Amino acid sequence: MLSTLALLASEGEPSPLKPHTSELIVGLVAFTLLFLFLRAKVFPMFEKAYADRTSAIEGGIERAEKAQAEAQAALEQYRAQLAEARNEAARIRDEAREQGKAIVDQLTAEARETAARITARGEEQLVAERQQVVTQLRGEIGRIAVELAERVVGESLADDERQKRVVDRFLAELEAAPAGSGETR
Amino acid sequence: MSFPLAADGEGFNSPGPRDFEFPGIFGHDSFFTKPMLIVLLGSLLVAVLFYLAARRAQTVPGKGQFAGESVYGFVRNSIALDAIGHEGLKYVPYLATLFSFIAVLNLSGIIPFLQFPATSRIAIPLFLAIISWAIYNAIGIRRQGLVGYFKNMMFPPGIPWPVYILLAPIELFSTFFVRPITLALRLTFNMFAGHLVLLLFVLGGEYLVFDKGGIVGVLAGSVSLFGSIVLTFFEGFVQLLQAYVFTLLTALYIGGALADEH
Repeated sequence: MLSTLALLASEGEPSPLKPHTSELIVGLVAFTLLFLFLRAKVFPMFEKAYADRTSAIEGGIERAEKAQAEAQAALEQYRAQLAEARNEAARIRDEAREQGKAIVDQLTAEARETAARITARGEEQLVAERQQVVTQLRGEIGRIAVELAERVVGESLADDERQKRVVDRFLAELEAAPAGSGETR
Repeated sequence: MSFPLAADGEGFNSPGPRDFEFPGIFGHDSFFTKPMLIVLLGSLLVAVLFYLAARRAQTVPGKGQFAGESVYGFVRNSIALDAIGHEGLKYVPYLATLFSFIAVLNLSGIIPFLQFPATSRIAIPLFLAIISWAIYNAIGIRRQGLVGYFKNMMFPPGIPWPVYILLAPIELFSTFFVRPITLALRLTFNMFAGHLVLLLFVLGGEYLVFDKGGIVGVLAGSVSLFGSIVLTFFEGFVQLLQAYVFTLLTALYIGGALADEH
């Protein structure tokens, strides 16, 4: 190699292997400045763009996942609410049915009670009135009968004891007799 | 570029290393030459394009941002993360600068009016290789300690000991000398050879058509000129590929230095 170089040099041909000092310096300076400039002004911007892009994509995915989770949660919530509402409605229906039944039962019982009370009072009244009528009639009939008998027999039955016995017997007969014959005087 | 090569009818001068030497732009002996202009223009272009792409970087990228991010993301995901792993993120700024710098200076070989790959000047790949070399060695020493770094490098575990006699010096030589030199030379001479072949096709075609003339000359020269167009596309592919290779190898060396086991 060296001999070739020497040969080239001796022939006046410049050697392509011999670096020129000025070229070394100019190249080195240009390269160093280029490197410093690109490192300071250009490459950080590209890296930032890469990072932004990555975060934008990741952020998008994250947002989408979050939205999906939210939608899922909302769906679950709606389903739960719907189920709850259905249960509630069923419960309310049942309650209403029970309440209605209870009201009907209560009213029926009340009505029955009222009817019974009215009936009982009516009966009592009837009994009392009848008793009163009977008592009144008993006195009246007695007097009328005695009067009648006095008139018929023409004799005064002064003796109260006997008179009372006669009346009782008469009344017993009267009671035993059918109602129709009693009317006739 | 105009070369007074095929003039005076004195036959065809094949292009050679002297076509890679340029006179100073401001006076013949001034230090500032065309390759340096290309280096400065290329660096400026990379800086401006990237700056415009990143100026209003947004979550949803525009066209410019998308293009810038594609280049950056290619180095970041396909080179740094693949070759180094998640620790590679720290070295993406260097690797991305390296890739775009080399790619643009390579592509200057097929850009009209520039038409010279600045990376075919060995100074450019050389200092890049030296930076990469310094970075991966520094990382290895910081990560594994000075002794540990050399021990892991020269005596990787799991190998029968007699092999070390052969392996240790080879590994040492490879890591410290061969790697930076091959990095620099691979890039330099891929660009050098590509440019030389393009020159040969273009200048040869020109010579055949205009100086040699005749039916044979015109036909052969046309084929040569047409071939130069095809070669230009191929050259573009090689230029991008070599930028990728340089960056990928740097990433692999960094990854190797970071790994505790060899």
